[in-house]
Amino acid sequence: MAKLHVTTTINGEPTEFLCDPSQSMLDVLRNSLGLTGSKEGCGTGDCGSCSITLDGRLTCSCLVLAAEVGGHEITTIEGMAQGDELHPLQQKFLEMAALQCGICTPGVLMAARSLLEKNPEPTETEVRFWLAGNLCRCTGYDKIVRAVLETAAEMRSAA
Amino acid sequence: MNAIDNKWIGKRTIRPDGADKVTGRAGYSADHNMPGQIWGRVLRSPHPHAVIRGIDTSKAEALPGVKAVVTAKDIVDFPLDKSVMLGIQDMRWMCRNVMAREKALFHGHPVAAVAAISEEVAEAACKLIEVDYEVLPHVIEIEDAIKPDAPILHDFVRHEGKPSNIATTMVNKLGDVEAGFAQADLIIERSFKTRPVHQGYIEPHACTVSYAADGRVTIWSSSQGQFMVRAMTSLLTGIPQSNIRAIPAEIGGGFGAKTIIYLEPVAVLLAKKSGRPVKMVMSRDEVFRATGPTSGSMSTVKIGVKNDGTIVAAQGTFYLQAGGLPGSPLRGPVGCSFSPYHIENVLSVGYDVVSNRSKVAAYRAPGAPLGAYATECVLDEIAEKLGMDKLELRLKNTAKPGGKTVYGATFGAITFKETVEAIKYHPHYTAPLDKNPSKGVVRGRGVASGFWFNAGGESSAQLNITEDGNVNVTTGHPDVGGSRASIANVTAELLGIDHSRISVLIGDTSSIGFSNLTGGSRVTFASAMVVTQSAEKVIGQLKERAAKIWKIDPEAVIWDNGEARPAGPNAGQFPPLTLKDLAAKANEMGGPIGAGVQLNTTGADPGFATHCVDVEVDVDLGIVRVLRYTAAQDVGRALHPDYVEGQIQGGVVQGIGWALSEEYLYNAKGQLDNASFLDYRMPVCSDVPMIEPIMLEIPNPKHPQGVRGVGEAPIVPPLAAIANAIHDALGKRFYSLPMSPPKVLAVIDG
Repeated sequence: MAKLHVTTTINGEPTEFLCDPSQSMLDVLRNSLGLTGSKEGCGTGDCGSCSITLDGRLTCSCLVLAAEVGGHEITTIEGMAQGDELHPLQQKFLEMAALQCGICTPGVLMAARSLLEKNPEPTETEVRFWLAGNLCRCTGYDKIVRAVLETAAEMRSAA
Repeated sequence: MNAIDNKWIGKRTIRPDGADKVTGRAGYSADHNMPGQIWGRVLRSPHPHAVIRGIDTSKAEALPGVKAVVTAKDIVDFPLDKSVMLGIQDMRWMCRNVMAREKALFHGHPVAAVAAISEEVAEAACKLIEVDYEVLPHVIEIEDAIKPDAPILHDFVRHEGKPSNIATTMVNKLGDVEAGFAQADLIIERSFKTRPVHQGYIEPHACTVSYAADGRVTIWSSSQGQFMVRAMTSLLTGIPQSNIRAIPAEIGGGFGAKTIIYLEPVAVLLAKKSGRPVKMVMSRDEVFRATGPTSGSMSTVKIGVKNDGTIVAAQGTFYLQAGGLPGSPLRGPVGCSFSPYHIENVLSVGYDVVSNRSKVAAYRAPGAPLGAYATECVLDEIAEKLGMDKLELRLKNTAKPGGKTVYGATFGAITFKETVEAIKYHPHYTAPLDKNPSKGVVRGRGVASGFWFNAGGESSAQLNITEDGNVNVTTGHPDVGGSRASIANVTAELLGIDHSRISVLIGDTSSIGFSNLTGGSRVTFASAMVVTQSAEKVIGQLKERAAKIWKIDPEAVIWDNGEARPAGPNAGQFPPLTLKDLAAKANEMGGPIGAGVQLNTTGADPGFATHCVDVEVDVDLGIVRVLRYTAAQDVGRALHPDYVEGQIQGGVVQGIGWALSEEYLYNAKGQLDNASFLDYRMPVCSDVPMIEPIMLEIPNPKHPQGVRGVGEAPIVPPLAAIANAIHDALGKRFYSLPMSPPKVLAVIDG
């Protein structure tokens, strides 16, 4: 089948790509556009390591058909820092060691940012339930939850 | 080393690989591509047990876009009658695990592989391969595999002279158990079952390889040892190690399972045949079906005590699932189960049982959690029967320095007692627990202890001073959880310079000396040792250079706070020379500054842990929730406390999953029914509370910084600690994992 031509916006940049009708957005990000920060842990929407936002909404990119993103806005982990200035969540994850192997980290950060945009003052329980779609096998989640809560507190006091 | 004097060791510095990992720049195994690469896929057996009578690949090879096909005949054969060992791995089993040879031994066993211009074409070609199978009856569970009339997997496996699925027996003995039990006032004997659990790393196995026209191979893949990748690929392809460069990608979790390989030799052979670089990436379904897990088990533990709580004898029998090929981690339960305790009479026996499942791989403290689960549950029952505090029972029997273990070692300085006391006096253990907070909800508290051997072994480091006076340190170990951060702290401390001036790298197999696996809780111990010795050599060089410049004796120079200073009679005679000063003069004073050390490290004393957990049981739904968790462990010296805590917290949560929700479920056809993260239920963020680690820093006297291995011990106690807590809540004991809602309800109703 002929490839489809898609025009979209990724991390603020106008982007065009060709894809097969069956290709996932994750596949296109990783294998066509070189944006390998989004990871494929399962391909079935269970692990969250491919998390992106689509028009601001947190989504597993493995569950989105690339052909469907025309005209929409996508943000990936590569769009989280501004130049060499890290997002406060990225900085706090480093300071509080909220990662070990780091494979889940891009997805966790995307999810956490999405949470703080909706709810700048989450409780521990709210953080835990929001991040329940992001599997991490290394950390036991402790330092991740602490880093998200601490970032939220700092972002509130800076606002 | 006195903690108070440390500027960098023990500090929570930012890890050297951190920025790449929070921005998506870090390169994991599936993130790499090579020019001109094609894609490889694996054809897997649809049968759990079948003789492979023939494979016809002609239709697949004729499909446009297909560049190469590989079957077992392309892989080096290791005949069944002669063992060839690489570390603890027998290459007879590895070659048959990577590609089925005489038989397909489990559903999902690789039978052939194809490389083609796209994954879709490779997948389509796999379907065109015709395999002539003679389907055989299969066997999945231990209790079925050891029955006299069980389908036998391997003709060459004999037990007590007869064809059997029991591949190996391991016996560890101390004293005389019969005589020991004869002295006992109370004997408790119980049997337990656990299910296989997967290591559950989020990064599936993947590799990208090239085979050049001159026969030189480059492998990009993530593993727990690039030297293991090189050695196994060499053995399975016949390509000499000197022609293979294995580059360690960032690793997205391993937990033991990436101490062996699945794809690399297959990809190398596909690349060799096709003349094109080949990339292979497993799906999650393939990861579940054909890699790992760790063994399920069937155990019986019998412990005899005097009325005062003194343990007089202990006996353990542990049947472990090996999967389709021999090699379950018998040493774990056999050696670890009773080792926290001083017991004069012990008999510990393990059986390695093959059945039609994927071959097991190491998982964090391989096998030890299974044994501790049985032992620590029996101890809980003994304490209850004796009316003794559970920690008091453990304190009464703690292993002692100089004590002999069942696995043969004699303990040096050990610190088990301290972990028990840390829990005993902790506000968690002393806090009251409301056991009936509301209708339908009961709560309980449990404790358990655990032991892991820890390990030393081969490590290499190279420490180079850059021309501008900064530092590059290279070691040969993949960093699974922050080891580079620890090495940066050690190097900064020893050289007396700012942490930010140090880069820590992991060398590939062609750029750093041989280094054994990242596993067994050995890497921070061993790499800190070789880095320390490298730094000491470099400091020696720096002092010599300064002495040469000052024209004084090198013995009269000291290295202090990042600079060389004249000492003794010359003190104050010359202004100090900094690392930058000496680097600038390096070439005129004798050449580049740097040193490497390669060592077979020793002195890794064992690790002990004691845990305390509060659980809540919903008696209507059977759901068990962990409310509070405290884990005490002797960590020797925490070079970077965050990543030591992280090991404890991560290990505990894996243990919670093992205890409550994770299990491999096979159907009657011998196929895994839950090969996805949706159906294989690992703990998610909302399942667990904060995990409080208590790091006891009692320096290991055999290590320059006092380091003791940390990573394995935390997964040993949780299974029993949680089972004991549920007993405390419900008044009923569980003898089978996982304690999932249907089982909990069955026990409540039963």
